[in-house]
Amino acid sequence: MISIIEVKNLTKKFKDFIAVNDISFEVKTGEIFAFLGPNGAGKSTTIKMLTTLLSPTSGIIKINGFDPVKNQDDVRKSFGIVFQDPSLDEELTAYENMDFHGVLYNVEKNLRTKRIKELLDIVDLWDRKDHLVKTFSGGMRRRLEIARGLLHHPKIFFLDEPTLGLDPQTRNQMWTYVSDLNKKEGITIFFTTHYMEEAEKIAQKIAVIDHGRIITQGTAEELKKSTKTNSLEEAFLSLTGKKIRDEEAGGIDHMRMMRNMWRKK
Amino acid sequence: MRTIYILWLRQIKRYLRSKPQTIGSLAQPVLFLVAFGFGFGPIFKKAGGGNYIDFIAPGIIAQGILFTAVFSGIQMIWDRQFGFLKETLVAPVSRFEIMLGRTIGGATIATFQGIIIFFLSLIIGFRPYNWALVPVSLFFMFLIAFVFTALGTAIASMMEDFQGFQLIINFLIMPLFFLSGALFPLNNTPWFIELFSRIDPLTYGVDGLRSTLINVSRFGLPMDIFILTGVSILFLSIGSYLFSKIQV
Repeated sequence: MISIIEVKNLTKKFKDFIAVNDISFEVKTGEIFAFLGPNGAGKSTTIKMLTTLLSPTSGIIKINGFDPVKNQDDVRKSFGIVFQDPSLDEELTAYENMDFHGVLYNVEKNLRTKRIKELLDIVDLWDRKDHLVKTFSGGMRRRLEIARGLLHHPKIFFLDEPTLGLDPQTRNQMWTYVSDLNKKEGITIFFTTHYMEEAEKIAQKIAVIDHGRIITQGTAEELKKSTKTNSLEEAFLSLTGKKIRDEEAGGIDHMRMMRNMWRKK
Repeated sequence: MRTIYILWLRQIKRYLRSKPQTIGSLAQPVLFLVAFGFGFGPIFKKAGGGNYIDFIAPGIIAQGILFTAVFSGIQMIWDRQFGFLKETLVAPVSRFEIMLGRTIGGATIATFQGIIIFFLSLIIGFRPYNWALVPVSLFFMFLIAFVFTALGTAIASMMEDFQGFQLIINFLIMPLFFLSGALFPLNNTPWFIELFSRIDPLTYGVDGLRSTLINVSRFGLPMDIFILTGVSILFLSIGSYLFSKIQV
């Protein structure tokens, strides 16, 4: 199989702070790949570099054969993304958000109309298509973002902590959609998470990242075998010397919480 | 082109859906028009300045446009905070088109606000001297709107949140408004006021509006158009440079 994402010796420094430290990995076409690590491990920074939002300090990235620094537009056409924080226009309807995306990605009108219907049906939002997004719950927004990210038939689908803040039921539902899409359309899925069970259940391959470094990578079985443990939880403990949720909620989490409180007013 | 169009359309849709905001942003200009117009009217007349309502109506139209334009530019901060900006930044379109689409969208809305104030001023008793020139003043409204939306977007590109917003209103927007000659004639003012007003792009906008609406001009129409066009190109260039540097 061919690698659709190739990363070699990737490093990102912010002044003195090294957010991502010399990481290398490959993701095969059609694979579901998880980036597992605690908050502040460098997961989002890596996704931002892969998706042209940040330029790397050093190292090589190839997305669908293109370099995110040199061939930005080719890279951008290759992927869809669901960001960690919502990125919908709340003053527009679900349909308008989809349509906006379709126009930006130059999806031809007839195809766009057909695809929007198809995707909104899949995520069970077709009957709410003309409602403003600000009336949507967290789970509905996330589903809409998934549908939107897939509108332009991307080859790779990035999901940055897609289940953060969702209740368990919505979380399961969401993964069902994503796994189905992976099977049906053969899309490569790259997601970050700090939930062990998600990585173990969904991903075919897992990279464990902590303090900006990839500690190990392989299938869940391989990780357990190499650390001689029975669960991924224990494997993580043995690899990093700590539990994944030991990390205190960082400043960004606090900010997110505050913002959510404000928005509920 | 499609990028510019869809970003423009988004702004228009949002504008049409936010009626409280539309009405709210009309309150201040109308208050100025009524309070100043009728309050200072008699003194202005006594001093030999003529009809004050006629004098300030173009100035108040410019004021309404200035505030709406800067604000719609600065609204990009919301998009950044609510994450929508990222959606446009990962799309396979040029940053310049995104910036241009936003600016034209904001400018259209600000022009529309200007037109509403124009009609409101008619109710209060303002009359343009020549209706045939009203389309030209519409063109001026758009130029003013474009200049200041571009300025707002440029400022928003440098700001992460609304912390500095009050600072910008008090130290930039208010002075731009007061020193533009929107409320009083700038003839015989002290040299430093005169100097500031010449640097202030809004001065040429107000002058252009007066020229087309009440046939009073300091610099002449060609000069006004020349300067405003120059400034809009300048602000748009600065804005798109700063916008291209945004990292989220």
